[in-house]
Parts: sequence; structure tokens; C-alpha cells
Amino acid sequence: MSEYDVINSRAARLDAPDKVTGRAVFVDDMTMPGMLHGAMLQSPVAHAKILDIDISEALKLPGVKSIVTAKEAGLVPYGVSPARYDETVFCSDRVRYVGDEIAAVAAVDLETATKAVSLIKVDYEELPILLTVKDAMAEGAPQLHEKYPGNICAEVHQEFGDVASAFKECDIIKTTMFTNKRQDAAFIEPQGVLANYDLSGHLTLYSSTQSPHYVQRIISMVLGLPIGKVRVVKPYIGGGFGIKAATNPMELVACLLSMKTRKPVKMNYSREQVFLFSRARHQFVHKMTTGVKKDGTIMALEHECHLDGGAYSSFGIATVYYAGSLLGGPYKLQNMKYDGYRMYTNKPACGAHRGHGGVAARACWEQQLDMIAEELNMDPLDFRLMNMMEAGDVSCNDLSMSSFGMRECIEAIKEGSDWKSKKGKLPKGKGIGMACGFFVSGAGYPIYRSDTPHSTMVIKLTEDGGSVILYSGSAEIGQGSDTTFAMIAAEAIGIPLENVRIESGDTDFGVDLGAYSSRQTLMTGHATKEAAEDVKQQVLEVLSKELNVDLEDMDIKQGRILFKKETPDYSALRTAYIKEHRGWMDNPKEDYLTFNEAARIAFLVKGPIVGTGKYSPPILGGRFKGATVGTSPAYGCSAMIAEVTVDMDTGHVTVDKVTDAHDCGKAINLTSVEAQMQGSISMGLGEALFEEVKFDDKGNIINCDLAEYKIPTILDMPPVEAIVVETDEPNGPYGAKEVGEGGIMPVIPAILNAVYDAIGERIHELPMTSERIYMALTKKQQNP
Amino acid sequence: MKELIALTVNDQEYEVAVTPNQTLLDVIRYQLELTGTKKGCELGDCGSCTVIMDGKPVNSCLVLAMQAAGKNIKTIEGLETEQGLHPIQKAFVEKQGVQCGFCTSGMILSAKNLLDKNASPTDGDIRKALSGNLCRCTGYQKIIESVQAASEEMSK
Repeated sequence: MSEYDVINSRAARLDAPDKVTGRAVFVDDMTMPGMLHGAMLQSPVAHAKILDIDISEALKLPGVKSIVTAKEAGLVPYGVSPARYDETVFCSDRVRYVGDEIAAVAAVDLETATKAVSLIKVDYEELPILLTVKDAMAEGAPQLHEKYPGNICAEVHQEFGDVASAFKECDIIKTTMFTNKRQDAAFIEPQGVLANYDLSGHLTLYSSTQSPHYVQRIISMVLGLPIGKVRVVKPYIGGGFGIKAATNPMELVACLLSMKTRKPVKMNYSREQVFLFSRARHQFVHKMTTGVKKDGTIMALEHECHLDGGAYSSFGIATVYYAGSLLGGPYKLQNMKYDGYRMYTNKPACGAHRGHGGVAARACWEQQLDMIAEELNMDPLDFRLMNMMEAGDVSCNDLSMSSFGMRECIEAIKEGSDWKSKKGKLPKGKGIGMACGFFVSGAGYPIYRSDTPHSTMVIKLTEDGGSVILYSGSAEIGQGSDTTFAMIAAEAIGIPLENVRIESGDTDFGVDLGAYSSRQTLMTGHATKEAAEDVKQQVLEVLSKELNVDLEDMDIKQGRILFKKETPDYSALRTAYIKEHRGWMDNPKEDYLTFNEAARIAFLVKGPIVGTGKYSPPILGGRFKGATVGTSPAYGCSAMIAEVTVDMDTGHVTVDKVTDAHDCGKAINLTSVEAQMQGSISMGLGEALFEEVKFDDKGNIINCDLAEYKIPTILDMPPVEAIVVETDEPNGPYGAKEVGEGGIMPVIPAILNAVYDAIGERIHELPMTSERIYMALTKKQQNP
Repeated sequence: MKELIALTVNDQEYEVAVTPNQTLLDVIRYQLELTGTKKGCELGDCGSCTVIMDGKPVNSCLVLAMQAAGKNIKTIEGLETEQGLHPIQKAFVEKQGVQCGFCTSGMILSAKNLLDKNASPTDGDIRKALSGNLCRCTGYQKIIESVQAASEEMSK
């Protein structure tokens, strides 16, 4: 039996009934009287000077209400990180990728807006294009941003310990290269917006965003409106995975068009535009050298990484830091050197994508560690266990593991997969492989430098005590955060979950940095718990006075007031409550004082009962440059075993079974934790086996649809055994920490290691298509 | 240009004026205001616009409204009855076959089409029947468990 009444259970999601009936409202389901439709003109060329923009023909089209270009939008630079604001709403003199925004139209309907866009004439003077990191680094390469010479968007140079000396003590030094491919998040709902600049000068933007707060700030800054006049509301959104955390141009453009026309303006990305906006996983090229002693002790890691960033920064500065810092664990490693470079190219910008920055790095290193284990003649699982960090350990780059159930995760998958009877014993074409990973449970610092609380929560009791309503700026994006916070509030107050309602995703409800860096359960969870405890305290304080009972002698549990000593005579309170509800049929008859009665009495005495909570992480990390990226109040960790079949004639890889364990601290909702693990596995499996955004030599994406860009279907997914490992995280609310992003970390390397086990060849480039495996098998036959 | 067509959607008859290039999806969403049917790609790739037309699941983004004239169409809004949620909907709630919810309408309608024709599907039958519906959140496992649970409940 759980010691809790609400959390740590398998409660049904609060939003599920709306979603299974089609009642849940997403942005494109909304409509407003007088609403106009917007469309954007995006560059058809990857790199060019803009010589002239002629909107005169488009303006003549009946039904066109407004056309805006850089002239109207202004040139306030924005982006994600204030250190690299390198975008403007529209290009004024130069386009840098196919899809760069040039102009937008608002018209009476979408057909007219689209027609008008086609009538805008732009004269381009085409420039040489950079499509690869190599192009961008070449001597004499054209410079994409004058402020950032050498096409280097960001570079990182860090060393912890002394790598060169450590290598001298090593018996095995192994160097490998690894590269993934540019990924698309392929959420099923394309981004959409509805902007309404009302007649009193208040702007409301409904947007499919993961971070209403950041979008509010950027709109305010770029369009020159006071923050208080800008409200951003997130309705239900159809997945985000990091990409919807960056403000998109459409969000700004729709606001601008609404301000110009004084009408609501709706815009949507087509599926092609989702690919053009991109902001998803970078292509990374990793070179890693690991030194190990012959007893198996991992001594040092030297790591160089190049990122193909695309035309703008987006989240990319954080990405290039994360690519290095997230290798500080989960193993005890005293010496680590990292040199990272994020390069500008003439392609859509990449950004934050589930497992931000760390996924390809993890794949590279975990495969290399397997190679080393083989050379040491050690079981890869034992090799990892002997180097594993434990709770209380701090990494060489100052990441502190306050709880760390990695050992339990490894034991769980070992048993769950029957590893012992399979490893090294499977026939040719069958393989088993494992890997580990860990991830932040919320970034330790906001994107912009600020002392703002990372999360706030307001909880209000209805005056009859019948409902508790949570108001939050946090973002339910499908992961189940609304249900998580409702469960935390119900537990902390001591009432049933069905009496809790949550309104979230609205900047009017307070500051919350949103759904990214796997942060909400811990951070918004803390704020929720604090606000709930505030509400409980206020109710009990009134009761204490009314009943003349010491505060410490009372509690609330399962909707009833508990008196630890003698139960006082509360009949006067009950009579007062019933008097107020003359005619009601459901007045309390219980032989105990109910929370409803207590809450009603508290309202009569104090007026509205409103509790508030906030959370800011403690000061985290070291003092070196970039020390903030990778810090977190806690770290989730996971281990996974993949079992595969490789067709030795065609090279086709099938993942047959996955056994996965994740330490999420205390699970608030066990079903939701499993669901995040399973979702992470499907996204990692897609990246491992099929996903690759492809370009032609002019910088056009040639597979910008979900037929040619292949994500896993239901036929591609193996049965997944998801094992929830619970630890008590001292820095988490009720001991809870992350699962949403960390779950993806071990997926790709576990499959890589399993494929090696099946075919005896190491694959150092993703995706593992049949062709790539077939070529590896052929090469092996030719040079056995 | 526009032509009047008659449609039966969720047992209700409608007459709508449509252009030749208008899709059934757009008519359902923007004219009939049945927004439970989702628009994810407009290319027939994702399956989030799945509706059941004359007993067959179709991507409504690939059906011209005029082709649907006279047809009998079931959308997600047509599954609930006075008795409450359809057993498949209930199972998706209970087994958490739902995350963001954007693919859910299409998933449930594909599942309904399967269970209408095959009351006790195998794991393979379920995978085949839902293979035209993409989901990026769940990894599909809890969706399969939802359909299995619904099948058991409906066979009782």
C-alpha cells in the first residue's frame, strides 16, 4: 500500500475524456467573429540578397486587408538566448535559408491570403550557399552573419581535470567518430496561432507553444508592447518535443497583422512549413577519445563536436554546451575535455529536441564504451556498473547527483531481459545491447538572466469548498503535467483528485518557464505543493480559531478534517454551513467534519482563500564559462536493453524487444511515467533506424512530409517493458524528478550495441537503414 | 462555382455548399464545426483526419467533399451515446492511450472500424489496422493495450 492517497497511483488523466471525444480545443479548432487568415511569403532560395520587394499587385487583390514586411515589423533582433539574438521577424536585405520569412498577408480567407502571397514580387541576387559544416568552415566561405565571423555561431572549450596526464595512465585509449542526421520532431499538430489585438489595446495570442512565458517576452520586446498588455494562451497542443519552445515567426507575424487590422488573425503552418521552421535535432559530428585502465576504470574523455546549426541560433548555444556537459555522468570520470563548435549554414535553424544536445553524444560514447568493454573482456553491464556514479556524487563538471538509481535500473533490465542467458549466446543476425543515460530534471537557470521564480502556482478554493482550482502558466503538451499538478495539489491539501481542476498555459496565471528541459514535474510540482500547503494552512488556521483547537493538532486527509487529539464539538459550524445551503440535498451527514465545511467557514471569515507557491532552484554549478548549462536540482537516469534481428541478406533491422528502466524519483503518476518512457523509446528508435531530413544541393528539403520522412508506425514498435525505478529525490516535490526527456538517452546506443552483437560490425553513422547495414556487411565480406 | 451536396454525419443530415477543390476534412472542420477531426498533414500520411465513410475508414483530407455527397459519415463526435463514452473511448481513458490527443480521434475511429469487423483481434491485427495512424507521443504501446481492453469489454 502506498503511503499516499493520491500520488504514486495510476489515476486517469484529467484531459483524457475531452481528448477521446474530440472536445479538446486546439488552436486551429478556434474561431472568432471577423477573424482574418494570414499567410507568409518565405524565401524559395537558400542564400540571396533581397534587392526589391514589390507588394503592389498583391495589395490590389480584393479581400486583402494588410501586407507586412520588415518595413512594418521593424528590425528588432530576437531569438532564444539573449546572447545570440540573430533573427528578425522578416528579412530585410538578405535571406539565409529556404523558408526565411519575407512578408505576410492578412485576408478574408486563406485562399485569398495565399493568392496574395504569390503576387508579391521579390528580386533576389543569389549568393553562394553553405550546406555543410565543412562548407561553413572553409577558408573564404561567405559569412552568414557579420557579427559572428568564421560562421561560428558558438564555440565551447572546457577542460576538467587533466586529460593529457590521465591518458598516460591508461592501458586502452580508443578514438571513434560518430554522426547522426538532422531530425524533425514530427509532432502531429503543425504549429498554429490566433492573435487578437482587442480594441482596448490588449493583445492575446493563442498559440501551440510549450512556453507561453518566453513567447510573451519576445512578443513584448519585438513589437514594443508592455508585457502587461501581452497575454499568451496555450490551448491543447499536439506535441512539441522542444521545437515549440522557441518563439516562431508566425507568432509575431499574426500579432503584428492583428495590430494592423484590428481583427483576430489566424495562421497555421502546413506540414512543409513545419519542416522549414525546423528547430529540431542538429546533426552532430562527434570525435571521442576515451582512456581506460585495464582494471576497467574510466580515466579520461577527450571530445570534439561540430554541429550543423542552420541559419540562426535558436536554442543552439545551449545545445552545443549540452553536447559536452551531459557526458559528465553517469560514470565516475575525473578528466574531461570538450571542444564544441556550432556552425551557421544555409539551412533551417536547429534547436532543442527531446534529450537536448545529449542524444548523439550519448550514442557515440555508449557505443565506444561497449567497444572498450569488449577489449577488456568484460560484460558491458558490469563495466558500466563498476564505473557508475552513486547518489551524492558530483561530476567533474559540477553536476550533483542528489539521487541516482542507476544501479537499480541496470539490475532491473538485466533481470527483465534475461541478459545473462542471451548476451554473447545469440545466433548470427540476432543481437542484444544495452546502454545508460541521464538527464537534467529542469535547467538550473532560465534562458534569459533573471532572478524570476522558474514556476509559480496560484490555487483558489471555490467559496463552497467543493472545488480547488489551480492556475498556472505551465504547459500541458501531452506529457500529462496538468494531471501531475492536480495530483500533487490533492495530496498536499488532503482531498480527492476529483475535486481539483486546473487551468494552465496562460501567462495571466503567472510565470512558468514552460515545458522544456524536462523541468515541470520538479519545478512546477514544487510551486504546486507550496501553494496547496498555503491553502491548507489558511483553512486550518480559521478552524483553529473557530474550534479553539491547536493548529498542530489538526490535519486534512481524503477530504476530512482529522483531529489528532479529542474531536471538538463542530456542530455549530455544521449548522452554519447547512443554513447557508437551505434547499441543498447533499448537505454533510458524515460523522466527521468535511473539508467542504471547513473551506466554507474559512471563506466566510477570510474572503477568498487563495494560496500561492513559487520555485527557484538553488544556485547551482561551478564558476567556469558555461557552467550553468547542464546544472539541475536533480537528475533522472535510465538504462535500456534492446534485442534486434538483422536480416543478413538485406540489412534490415527489426527491434524485437525493449527492456527499459528509468529512475524518476517518486512517480507521481506511474502510468504517465511509463508513457513517457515508451514515447521516448519510439522517438529514439526512429532516429536510430529511419529519420533523416534530406536536402538537395540548393538547400531545399526533399522529404518534407510524413511519407518520405519516416517516423515509427505502430508496426515498427516492439513490445516495451517499462520498469519504473523509484528513488527519493531530496530536491523534488515528494521526491519526484524527470522522465520526459531523459528516457530517450539510452535508446540509440542500446540499439547500436545490439546491431553490433548481431552482425559483428560497428555502425558509426545514423540512421541504420537497410542500405547502410547492407554496405557494412558487404564491406565485412570483402575484407574479413 | 459552389454546389450543394447532402451528407449524413453522425446520423444527422446536412446540406452544404462546397467548391470542387474542397476536401471533406475542411467541410467537417470548418463548415460543420466538428473539430474533433484533426488536420495534421493534408497529404494522407498521418491519419489524424480519419473518419468512417460508408463503413470504411478514410483519410478525409484525401476525399473531396463532392465525392462524399450522399455518403454516411461517422466522426469522433458520433461515438458517445446517452449512456456515455463508447467502450473504446473508455478504454483509451483508462489505459492512457492518450497523450497530446491530436492523433486520438483517428486512432479511435480506426480501432472502431477494426472491432466492428473483428471482435477479438490479435496484436498483429491491431497493429495492421492502426498502421495508417501516426502517433509521436505514446510509442503506441498503451494504444494497443487500450484497443485490447476495449475488445475484451465489448465481447462481454
